[in-house]
Amino acid sequence: MNFFWDLLLGGLTRGSIYALIALGYTMVYGILQLINFAHGEIYMLGAFTALIVASILTMQGLTGLPVLILAGLVAVLYASAYGFTVEKIAYKPLRQASRLSPLISAIGMSIFLQNYVMLAQTSDFLPFPNLLPPSDFLDAISVWIGPSDFVIIVTSAVVMIALSLLLKFTKMGRAMRATAQDREMAMLTGVDVNRIISRTFIIGSALAAIGGILIASHVGRINFYIGFNAGIKAFTAAVLGGIGSIPGAMLGGLVLGLAESFGTGYISSDYESVFAFAILILILIFKPDGILGRSSQQKV
Amino acid sequence: MKNKNLFRWTAVAVLLFFFVAASYAEKADTIKIGVAGSHTGDLASYGLPSVRAAELIVKNLNAKGGLLGKKLELIVEDEACKPELATNVATKLVSAHAHAVIGHICSGATKAALGTYKDAGIIVISPSATSPELTHSGQYPNFHRTIAPDDAQGKLVADFATKTLKLRKFAVLHDKGDYGKGFAEYAKKFLEASPEVKVVLYEGLTPGAVDYSAIVQKIRYSGAEAVVYGGYHPEAASVVQLMRRRNMKTVFISDDGVKDQTFIKVAGRAAEGVYASGPKDTTKNPLAIAAISEHKKAYGAEPGAFYLNAYSATLALVNAIAKAKSTKYAAVHKALRTYPTDTPLGKIKFSVGGDAIGVGFSMYQVKNGVYTEIK
Amino acid sequence: MKFFPELKKSFVIALWFMLLTFPVLVIRVNTIENIVVWRWINLAVIGSAAFVLSFLWQLYWRRKSAAAPVSVAQTSALTRRMSDPKFYRPFLIVIAALTLVFPFVASHYQINIMTTALIYVMLGLGLNIEVGLAGLLDLGYVAFYAVGAYSYALLNYHFGLGFWTLLPVGALLAAFFGILVGFPVLRLRGDYLAIVTLAFAEILRLVLENWNAFSFGPSGISNIPRPGFFGIDLTLEQSAVYMYFLLVALCVLTIFVIHRIQHSRIGRAWVALREDELACQAMGIDKTRAKLAAFALGATWAGMAGVLFAAKTTFINPASFTFLESAMILAIVVLGGMGSIVGVIIAALAIILLPEYLRVLGDYRMILFGAALILMMIFRPRGLITPAGKTYEFRCSGKPAAPEKRLP
Repeated sequence: MNFFWDLLLGGLTRGSIYALIALGYTMVYGILQLINFAHGEIYMLGAFTALIVASILTMQGLTGLPVLILAGLVAVLYASAYGFTVEKIAYKPLRQASRLSPLISAIGMSIFLQNYVMLAQTSDFLPFPNLLPPSDFLDAISVWIGPSDFVIIVTSAVVMIALSLLLKFTKMGRAMRATAQDREMAMLTGVDVNRIISRTFIIGSALAAIGGILIASHVGRINFYIGFNAGIKAFTAAVLGGIGSIPGAMLGGLVLGLAESFGTGYISSDYESVFAFAILILILIFKPDGILGRSSQQKV
Repeated sequence: MKNKNLFRWTAVAVLLFFFVAASYAEKADTIKIGVAGSHTGDLASYGLPSVRAAELIVKNLNAKGGLLGKKLELIVEDEACKPELATNVATKLVSAHAHAVIGHICSGATKAALGTYKDAGIIVISPSATSPELTHSGQYPNFHRTIAPDDAQGKLVADFATKTLKLRKFAVLHDKGDYGKGFAEYAKKFLEASPEVKVVLYEGLTPGAVDYSAIVQKIRYSGAEAVVYGGYHPEAASVVQLMRRRNMKTVFISDDGVKDQTFIKVAGRAAEGVYASGPKDTTKNPLAIAAISEHKKAYGAEPGAFYLNAYSATLALVNAIAKAKSTKYAAVHKALRTYPTDTPLGKIKFSVGGDAIGVGFSMYQVKNGVYTEIK
Repeated sequence: MKFFPELKKSFVIALWFMLLTFPVLVIRVNTIENIVVWRWINLAVIGSAAFVLSFLWQLYWRRKSAAAPVSVAQTSALTRRMSDPKFYRPFLIVIAALTLVFPFVASHYQINIMTTALIYVMLGLGLNIEVGLAGLLDLGYVAFYAVGAYSYALLNYHFGLGFWTLLPVGALLAAFFGILVGFPVLRLRGDYLAIVTLAFAEILRLVLENWNAFSFGPSGISNIPRPGFFGIDLTLEQSAVYMYFLLVALCVLTIFVIHRIQHSRIGRAWVALREDELACQAMGIDKTRAKLAAFALGATWAGMAGVLFAAKTTFINPASFTFLESAMILAIVVLGGMGSIVGVIIAALAIILLPEYLRVLGDYRMILFGAALILMMIFRPRGLITPAGKTYEFRCSGKPAAPEKRLP
C-alpha cells in the first residue's frame, strides 16, 4: 500500500481511540457542564485491570478468545464502577458549587488516581499482552491493514453506533438527552437526574475502558501515566467537535487523529501535538462552538 | 481579651517556628551522603534504583563499623526531575551539611542543582546525567559521573553502525527528552561525519503518545536501513514492536537507556536483534553479580535502571573518602582522581573533568532474549 | 440504635470499596517475571478505613442538613475576622515582623523554599486577575510564566543584559503574549477558552522543546546569573536572602497594585464581566478591552515571576512549564477563594510549603495532595476566604448635580 493509505489508517486508529474517550468527556459535559479531568485516569484504570486479569488468566493456562472476553468484561465493569464512585465522591457534593470547584476536585481526583495506581502497582512500564487471538481472517487482511488497527477501528465503530442507538431509542437515552438540554426541566418531568448522571458516568467510563484495552494491546505497554496524555487529547477532540455533542466527539476524535497522523507523516513528528492544538485553535476561531456544536446564542 | 489571646498564640507560633528551624541543626557526628533524584512521579523508576544501591552499600558498611570510625547516614531527597525542585533539594542538602551527593538523575535537574553544590564545596557523583556540558565545560569541577556522556555514546554507536555493520542510510529518532535528544544529536553528527552516510530522517516522537504508527510508517517509506534511537526503553519497545509487526526488517540501534532487561521483556520477540550500547559486559564481574543478588535478596526483584551505575558511584565515593581519610572537598576530589576503585562497572577512577575512566563501553545485541556483548 | 441506618450504609460502602480496589490494591502481577502477589492485608485496611470514613462522612452530612439552612450571603468566621480591623491590624504587624526576621533565623533551605512559595504567591495573584476577577478560565497560565523565564535567560545569554533591565522586559513580553493569546479567543466562552489557553501553552512548550536553535531544546539553559546587587559578589546564602527580600518587595507591590485595580473602573468592569457577560455588555462596558486588559495584566505578573524563577534556579528547561504547573496555580486561586488577595496568599503558601515539609511522607505526598484538593473543594467549595462583595457608593464632590431636565 502507499504512504497516504497507511497514514490514513494510522490516523483512523488513533482517532477512534480519541473518540471513544472523548465521548465520556462530552457526555459528562453535556449534563453537568463539568470538565471531568479524571476521565483519562479511568481509561488507565481500565487498561490496568485488563492487564491484571489477563495475566492471571494466562498464568492459569488460558489463551485466546476467552482471555480477551473475560479481561475485557472485568475491565469494563471495574472502570464503570470507578467512574460511578468518582462521581459520587468528587462531584456530587459539589452540584451547587461554582463551576471551578468541581474542576479543581477533578484535577485532585486525577492526581489521586494516578498515584494510587503507582503506589499500589508500579511506576515502571508493564508489557501488555497482545490479546488478539490469531485468526485466519486477520492474517489474510494483514497486508492491507494491521490486525490491531482493524480491530480498533471496527470495535470503536460498533460501540459508537450502539451508543447512538441507545441514546436515540431507549427511554434512558431520551432521559439523558433531556437532562443535557435542561436539567431542571427534566427533573420536573419526572426524570431522576441523579440516576441519569450516574449512568452517564458509567457509560462514559465503560467506553474509556474499551479504548484503554484496545490501545494498550495495540501499543503493548502501559504505566500509571498513560491516562494523562490520552485524556488531554480526548478532551481537545471533544471541544473540537463541539462539547456536549455526541457525533461531535466522534468527529472531533477522528479529525484530531488524522491531523496528527498526516502532520507527522508529511511534516514532522516533532510537532505532532502542535498540529492537534493548532487545528483546535483554528477551528474555534472560525466556529467558536466547535464543528458540530450548537451555536448557543445567549439570551436573557 | 481577644487580642491578648491572639498575641499569646502568636508567641507560641514564633517559638514553634524557632524550634523547627533549630531542629535542622546538626545532630550526631556521621558522614552524611545525600541521594537526590526522581523518586516520585513518572520518572520514579529511573531514580529509585539509585536510592536502593546507596542504601545497600551504607547498610553493609555500617554493619562493618562505618567509615573513618563514623557511621554513614543517607539523606534521601526527591525532586521528581524538576529543576525548580532540584535547587530546593540542593539547598536542603547543603543546610543539612551533607558531605557528598549521589545524584541527580536527570541532566536538567543536575545542572540546576550543581551551582549550589559548587558554592558549598560538595562532591557530586551522578549515576545517570549524561549531558556532555556537565564534564566538558569546566564549569562544574565538583561533578563526576559513572555513565558515558552523550557524545561518547553517540560516537560509539555511529562508529559501530557505519564501520561494523556497514550501514549507509539512517533514520535518527529521539524522545525529545534531555537525554534522548542529546544522544540523537551527537549520533547524527558523528554519522554524518562520514561522507557516504545519509541521515534521511531526524525526528522526535512524543513520549506517552497514544500510538506511534505514523512515525513507523515514515521510517518505512524513508528507506532507512537502520533506526538510531535516543531515549529510554518504553518508547523504544513500542516502536520496535510496531516495526516488526509490519514486517519491517530495519535494524534498530539504541543507547544505554534501552540496554535494560525490561526492554526485552516488554518488547518480547520483537526485541531480537536490537543493538544497544552499554557499559562493558558486567555479567561476569563478581561485584556486579553480588550487587544484583544483594538487591534481589533485599527487595525481592531485579534492580532497575542505573542501579549498577549508582552502586559504582557510591562505592567510588566511599572508597575515596576512606583513601583521603577525610570528608574535605579537596581531599576527596583528589582521591577520586588518583585511586581506582573496583566497582560492578570495572576498575574506575575519574578524569579531570569528572568522567569515569575505566568504564568500558561496548555494543550489545539481543540474542535469544538476552543482551550479549559484541566482541 | 440511633446510628443503625448509617452503620448499615457504611458497611455496604466498605464492601463496595473492598470490591472496587480489589484488583489494583490486592493483586500485583509482575508480567515480566510472571509472579502474582496477593496482598490480602490491603483489603482489610481498605475495608476498615472505608467503613470508618463513610460513617464520619454520613454524620457530617446529617449534621449539616440538620442545621439551619445556611444563607448564601453568610460568610465564614475566617472571612469575617479578616475584615475586622481590630483583628487584622495586629495580625498584619506580626506578619510583617515575621517576614522581616525570617531570613535571619531560618536556614538557607528554608529561605529558599519560602522564596519559591513567594513566586507562587505572585503567580496566584496574577492568575487571580484573570480567573478570580474577570472570570476567564485560563488553563495555560504557565505559558506567560515561561515567556518571562525564557526572555530573561535568552536575552541574557545573547546580549548579556542584566536582571534589572530584563525584569520589565520579561513582564512586557509576557503581556504582549497575553494579548496575542487574548485576541483569537475573545469570542470564546467558558470552557472553550479554557482548552484554547491550554492549547496555546502546550504549543509554546513544544516549540521550546523542539526548536533547538532558538531555545536550546530540552537540555535547557544553564548558568543564568542571579540578580546583581550593586556589582557586589554575593555568597550563596547572601544571594538567597537578597532574592527573598526582592520577592517580598515585589509581592507587596503586586498586592498594592491589584488592590488598587480591583476597585478601579476596570476592576469593576471585570467583576461585571465575570458575573454576567451579556448584562455587562448592555451596560456599555467595552468587553474586548476589558478582556484583553485582564489577559495582559495577568500575564505581566506571570512574566515577572518567570524572570525571578529563572534567576533563582539559574537553570530552565521546557519541562518546568507543563500543564500540571498551570493546574497547580489554578488550584491556588480556587483554594484561596476566587478574587480574594489574602486567600490566594494563604493558599499559595500552603500548596507550596506543605508538600515541601511533608517530604517525610515520601511517596504518599502526591496522593495526599490529590485527596486534599478534593476534600477542600467538598468542605469549602468557595475557598478559604470568600471575598465579601464590596458595596460601592456613588458620591459627588461639591454641589449635587442639577436634576435632570425632563422634556415636557
